[in-house]
Amino acid sequence: MLYGYMLCMSCKHNSNSTMVLQDTANWPATFGLGRPATQAEIAKLDIDVRPDGKGLPPGAGDAITGKTIYMAKCAACHGTGAEPMDVKLPGPALMNDSAGADRNKLKTIGNYWPYATTIFDYVRRTMPYNAPGTLTDNEVYSLTAYILHASNIITAQTVMNAASLPKVTMPAKKLFVPDNRHAGPEVR
Amino acid sequence: MLGGAATAAVMLFKSSYGKMIQAAIPESVLQSADPTKTIGPPPGEIGTRSAFEHVVKKTSDISSRTPLQDLYGVITPSDLHYERHHAGVPVIDPHKYELLIHGMVNKPMVFTLADLKRFPSVSRICFLECSGNFRNSKETLTPQEICGLTSQSEWTGVMLSTLFREVGVQPKASWFLAEGGDAAIMTRSIPVKKAWDDAMIVYAQNGEAIRPEQGYPVRLLLPGWEGNTSVKWLRRLELSDQPYMTREETSKYTYAVKDSIRQFSFEMDARSIITFPAFPQQVAKGWIEIRGIAWSGWGKIVKVEISTDAGKTWQAARLQEPVLDKAHTGFRYLWQWNGDTTEIMSRAIDETGYTQPTLQQLVNARGTDMGGYHMNPITAWVIQRDGKVLFKPEKWK
Repeated sequence: MLYGYMLCMSCKHNSNSTMVLQDTANWPATFGLGRPATQAEIAKLDIDVRPDGKGLPPGAGDAITGKTIYMAKCAACHGTGAEPMDVKLPGPALMNDSAGADRNKLKTIGNYWPYATTIFDYVRRTMPYNAPGTLTDNEVYSLTAYILHASNIITAQTVMNAASLPKVTMPAKKLFVPDNRHAGPEVR
Repeated sequence: MLGGAATAAVMLFKSSYGKMIQAAIPESVLQSADPTKTIGPPPGEIGTRSAFEHVVKKTSDISSRTPLQDLYGVITPSDLHYERHHAGVPVIDPHKYELLIHGMVNKPMVFTLADLKRFPSVSRICFLECSGNFRNSKETLTPQEICGLTSQSEWTGVMLSTLFREVGVQPKASWFLAEGGDAAIMTRSIPVKKAWDDAMIVYAQNGEAIRPEQGYPVRLLLPGWEGNTSVKWLRRLELSDQPYMTREETSKYTYAVKDSIRQFSFEMDARSIITFPAFPQQVAKGWIEIRGIAWSGWGKIVKVEISTDAGKTWQAARLQEPVLDKAHTGFRYLWQWNGDTTEIMSRAIDETGYTQPTLQQLVNARGTDMGGYHMNPITAWVIQRDGKVLFKPEKWK
């Protein structure tokens, strides 16, 4: 015993292997703790949205509606887009007009975010910063449309909804690669 | 004079000089010449840090950093554990707390805190480090400022594999979403393999309930992985056959590597730092015990090497036992300084054979656009002739 660990002496602790922390040999099939989750309580918390569109709710919005909401609820922190580059905003600038051009300038949604669905998921779960979770699904669709349009990714008329949003291709997506580091001496 | 009633509830407050002092003890008493002539306070309900100690975290708008240079041993006092949160520290009633596990499982289930505490439990000492843990802007940086976003605790909880066994994770589930119950409702996608390896659901830290800043009442703990993935205030796990591509794993916690952007970069590469001598200390000629910590998210530290001649030659430091898996490991190296200007530095070597790189090696591997996350270069300190110690910043852009 070392600091409460149960060490399995028969297994070799080689590189990146995991030490066995518990002896589960005599465990029952279930400990009988916890309770089944109801569909209603799952639905209440299950707000995530995946790139394939799973989780997107009914509703729709467009950039024109989104601009009005943005100016009222977002611009105070994220700027109107008209500020000079050296003005420090409370939140990051979200848009610039160099979609996909040069990610080294200023990382924005248009030039760095690989999936459009992430905008909806993130804005709905935590924005506005001073009143998280207060936007309606239609407002979130509209804001998503406005940000995408202001980043030159969709037209002003394109309606964002559960069908159209997952189809938006973000310019930066092609740049993303999974981590290729692995256990061993090589610096990567 | 001190009364028992007044000192039973010792409070800390800021004096007019900005010092933290105990409310029940006037500063005149702290400066009293002879403690053998003054009766002290009786036993209390909760201990206090000595009023002579002023060890604090360094705060910014979004984080606060552990004072590595002021610590001894490898356990970070819980109130000095680094903080990084995305919408402040939430207040969560432990009696109302529930963890939902659903998605690609046979039995979607809800566990209360009491349920979690009844499962077979495990304790483990490991570090937690933010992958944005790097500063190198100027000479006048302390270890806390350079890499104070790493801390170490003994964590206690239930193995995530125990809970996954309970809900019956389906064979096709390859990722799970971990979601916090703070105002950011922060989410990360985690490969299911980590759950079978060593992921934990923890409710205790250094012998007591987890501190609110560290996720009270329950957090995910992924040993060796970038701190952001150990989601605090954990409220939900959803099993899936693909990652969710959340904001924190796309626009954040990703970094340029040559012409690409590296994503899902989880393990923290081996790193070390000399915490003494370091800025802003001034040392005298003669014997100096060089001290510091080393750690690796890939396993155990097997060796730490010290150079006292700007990297020309390296000698092995002495490691402090116990050397634990994915844990801060103390090292020491006794050195006689002759008074000449020099540079001292340390490099960690872990059990995978990886040696902590120089900044130039990182540039060679990742390109000059690198930065932001997973920076673990060797940290060098310049010792001037007058004994003043300065950080050695290196530019790469």
